[in-house]
Amino acid sequence: MSRAVYIVDGARTPFLKARGGPGPFTPVDLAVQCGRPLLMRQPFGKEAVDLVILGCVNVIADEMNPARVAALRLGLPERTVGFSVQINCGSGMQSIDTAYRYIQQGSHEIILAGGAEALSHAPLVLRQEAVEWYAGMARAKGPMAQARQMTGLRPDFFKPIIGLEQGLTDPITNLNMGQTAEVLAYRFNIDRKAADAYAMESHHRLARATKAGYLSDEMLPVFDRQGHAHEADDGVRPDSDMQSLAKLNPAFEKPYGSVTPGNSSQITDGASWVILASEQAVKAHKLKPLARIVDSEWAGLDPSIMGLGSVMASTPILQRHALGIDDVDLWELNEAFAAQVLACLAAWHDEEFCREVLGYDRAFGLIDRDRLNIDGGAISMGHPVGTSGNRIVLHLANAMKRKKVRTGIATECIGGGLGGAMLLEAV
Amino acid sequence: MDKVLEHLGDMKLELGPVSPGRGNWQYTTDTNGILWLVLDRDGTGTNTISQDVIRELSDLIAQAEANPPKALVIRSAKPGGFAAGADIGSFDAMTDNGAADLLKQGHAVMDRIAALPFPTICVVHGAALGAGFELALACDIRIAVEGASFGFPEVKLGLHPGLGGTFRLPALIDATEALTLMLTGKTAHTAEAKSLGIADVVVQERHVAAAVLAAATGKIKEREGGGVKAGVLLLKPARSLAAGQMRREAAKHALKEHYPAPYALIDMWETHGDDPEAMQKAEIASFAALLKTETSKNLRRAFFLRQSLKDTEKGEDGIAHVHVVGAGAMGGSIAAWAALKGKTVTLGDIATDALGKAVAQAESICKQAHLSAIQTRDTLDRMMPDPRGYGIARADLVIEAAPENAELKEQIYADLGKRMKSGAILATNTSSLQLKQLVGSVKHPGKFAGLHFFNPVEKMELVEVVAHEATDAKVIRRLASFCGAIGKLPVQVTDYPGFLVNRALTPYLMEAMVLMDEGIDKEVIDSAAIRFGMPMGPVALADQIGLDIALHTAESLKGTLDKPMAEISEALRKKVEKGETGKKAGQGFYDWWEGKPRLDTDEPGPDDMTDRLILPILDACVVCLREGVARNADDVDAAMIFATGFAPFRGGPMHYARTRGAKDICARLDAFAKTYGPRFEPDEGWSTFE
Repeated sequence: MSRAVYIVDGARTPFLKARGGPGPFTPVDLAVQCGRPLLMRQPFGKEAVDLVILGCVNVIADEMNPARVAALRLGLPERTVGFSVQINCGSGMQSIDTAYRYIQQGSHEIILAGGAEALSHAPLVLRQEAVEWYAGMARAKGPMAQARQMTGLRPDFFKPIIGLEQGLTDPITNLNMGQTAEVLAYRFNIDRKAADAYAMESHHRLARATKAGYLSDEMLPVFDRQGHAHEADDGVRPDSDMQSLAKLNPAFEKPYGSVTPGNSSQITDGASWVILASEQAVKAHKLKPLARIVDSEWAGLDPSIMGLGSVMASTPILQRHALGIDDVDLWELNEAFAAQVLACLAAWHDEEFCREVLGYDRAFGLIDRDRLNIDGGAISMGHPVGTSGNRIVLHLANAMKRKKVRTGIATECIGGGLGGAMLLEAV
Repeated sequence: MDKVLEHLGDMKLELGPVSPGRGNWQYTTDTNGILWLVLDRDGTGTNTISQDVIRELSDLIAQAEANPPKALVIRSAKPGGFAAGADIGSFDAMTDNGAADLLKQGHAVMDRIAALPFPTICVVHGAALGAGFELALACDIRIAVEGASFGFPEVKLGLHPGLGGTFRLPALIDATEALTLMLTGKTAHTAEAKSLGIADVVVQERHVAAAVLAAATGKIKEREGGGVKAGVLLLKPARSLAAGQMRREAAKHALKEHYPAPYALIDMWETHGDDPEAMQKAEIASFAALLKTETSKNLRRAFFLRQSLKDTEKGEDGIAHVHVVGAGAMGGSIAAWAALKGKTVTLGDIATDALGKAVAQAESICKQAHLSAIQTRDTLDRMMPDPRGYGIARADLVIEAAPENAELKEQIYADLGKRMKSGAILATNTSSLQLKQLVGSVKHPGKFAGLHFFNPVEKMELVEVVAHEATDAKVIRRLASFCGAIGKLPVQVTDYPGFLVNRALTPYLMEAMVLMDEGIDKEVIDSAAIRFGMPMGPVALADQIGLDIALHTAESLKGTLDKPMAEISEALRKKVEKGETGKKAGQGFYDWWEGKPRLDTDEPGPDDMTDRLILPILDACVVCLREGVARNADDVDAAMIFATGFAPFRGGPMHYARTRGAKDICARLDAFAKTYGPRFEPDEGWSTFE
């Protein structure tokens, strides 16, 4: 049995820049702030939700299995199962994909699938040697044993590793994510200027979309305990220009690199949820679907060029459905780095790459910028790792509806050498 | 509730071998030789320590004396708690029929429990108050079940403990802490009770049997009272020093002539604190004397007035979700309070910054209510700021708390009418507009009512439930139940200018302004009101209500009532124009930047000043009775006590009027009318006032 699966609604929080020190919300706080108004505006009650799936990479100690904690804090019934998924930058899309397949199989009718991340809360991690030393200290019985253990203490035990930095470094190649973008920029000849121009455009597009009210049903305000309302992404720079971008130093490979804080995605906190429903649920509750999920795909490649993950995951979908360059009306390709996005475009535009790697006869073609990330992306709004994959699917569905177009693909590269993609069709 | 948990049912109380039966006490000896005495009063959900309970306990103790068990356990079979104290309903009868003799009988039983040669153990879950606490104190060991609390609320009834508490608690724990508990009437919750030494151990219900066995076999030791400080306080000079401090502290909250009980307790302890036997005698005599005071009678009256309002709360409110329109100070705190009490709440306002402030305010209300971090988080999770009004369509009750502007409210109602679900109630929190002015734009007039909260919402218990001509009786009942569900006291009133409380209060506030215009210092005016027994003076009260709101209410009353009112003071208008609107602005008639204003004055003011302030309240209450605004005089008294703090020891304005006599009051009002103007002319309702 294979049933139709619809995205019927969704919402995200504004993405809030990490500004040194933990932000006002934990991952589950964000998921609750985002989920409350979303559930509140549904024509069905909370008991109609069969399952909650939440993507989250940096789970904090107070919130193990954040999906379940969020579900209960949202007031869903105790019987509603919640589990969390983690595939780095793809986590928020993995939650949708899992929900999609459950509903397709017929075991569930309505699933709440989301992503939540509070990168500002990423923990300080003690060095492994320090952890072992502490454990030894705790085991040491009597003053002599403790004194002996004491002599093993080294000053650098107290120098914690920033968990976020560690998390953004690939453990196989020991390259951090920015370095993988440097690799792609070199391999595909993406120069600094092109990357900066892409980044500037991302800011302009997001600012325009926000001002035009395109995000008003998608981005819902959140309220912190200090009494502040956060109504919009706070990393966007509407007046971003080439001159100020040009002034920034490379962030990852000094002094000659081209990947800067200005043409990389921002480190932010944020959450996003989408509601998936079966045909039956759509009818029963008179829901108005935004889009139908048609297909999804995950792919793997060498971690040092993880940025091409989008190409590797999207292409099989394009081929399965015989979609040419003109058949995909809108693309949401997660903006981890400007150079990485441009490298993906270059790969699809490169005849040799398409023939030898993707199995095409000729180049797939050059994706029109007017169809790609039309309302900005992670460079302008930020990339709360476990959330982004969810947001791009939600925004694609909303943008397709607004533009009245038929076909769209949301795709992301994933740290560790993976990619994910999802094909949506207008209803 | 979760199905599995529902199937498992409520946590069962460990009652040893005792099975529920009829009669106040159930008892059985278990296989370890421990005698379980279980208190389970017939025909009620709450245990009180009545005369029957004491008499039957006396017989059971006699059996135990004759046939000693290995140990004795006392606990309650009521899921709600241990025991709520003495049977207050019997106090009136006791007062007239030799209270001292009855007290002596009670004391004798407590003394015999204390003297039993085997371990005596009291297991307390929920509250052990008053006589319930005293029964626990007569035992050797107290096992507190997590959630247990201990307290002596007698002072709130114009009394102090009367079954041995005044000497048993100071002997058990730090005497100054003991006196503080008795003087404030505050409850010590589990953790505090443990650290004070009231509870010897704290366990979960599931470990009660094991803890009882441990106590019975000497594994939990009886506490040795006191310590060094206790020794010092056995010396009279040390006690006198401490007693002096206590008297000064008591004077900050209650004048001796209004509230004699705390002073009586301090005196007793100062004199007899080193001699339990003398203290016991003094306690009996003092308690019997206090029972007879007007203060105690009137405070007991206030207790029963509260019960009678609570009786109107019975039944299901059918309200799970409340949507509040307007995130101002009132709307925000109504939303926070309802969420704190477990309701799902959406708070609507187009101004997101106001919604943000409401969230911060809600957190501070949680803090004031001593909520744990998890309870605070859950409360805030339940209160959703809702700029788009998504909650309107799902709410069972919508409370409109928008600014006092009829046109604006009408627009809001028109929009709500399109979006609210069928069957939902619309209530307005207006304080100065009448419902009949607003009902025209309401879609379902039968489901429209007033729900008038008082500021600050988290502290003021009373809510006026206002019916206009077409409000369904069922809607009023549901709103009263809703008040009960969120821990408020509902009083039912009709749609009258200012309803009941503001109608009665406004002439008082306005007269205070007239007095100020006459050149009398605000401190002198406020001190006179406090001497009468008000919690604060009228000028400070106006500042707290908000001078803008006070002005608006006064103007609206002046415009709608036939009865003449004082001219509205220019000083008030100027304050409002300048934005000095009272406490919320930091500046009103008083400067509030540094907290509550201090009244440093000994000046008594003119002789007739107190009556000029108070009698207009009484007159307005009589108007409300005559017009049928309140159901009866008791409701008027309850409303004025619980909404304004009207001198509770005087039993409320109508009870005070009865005590003073209608004739005397009318004569005084007539005289004032001649001197100060027709606003004082007594209402025609006085002629039939009883």
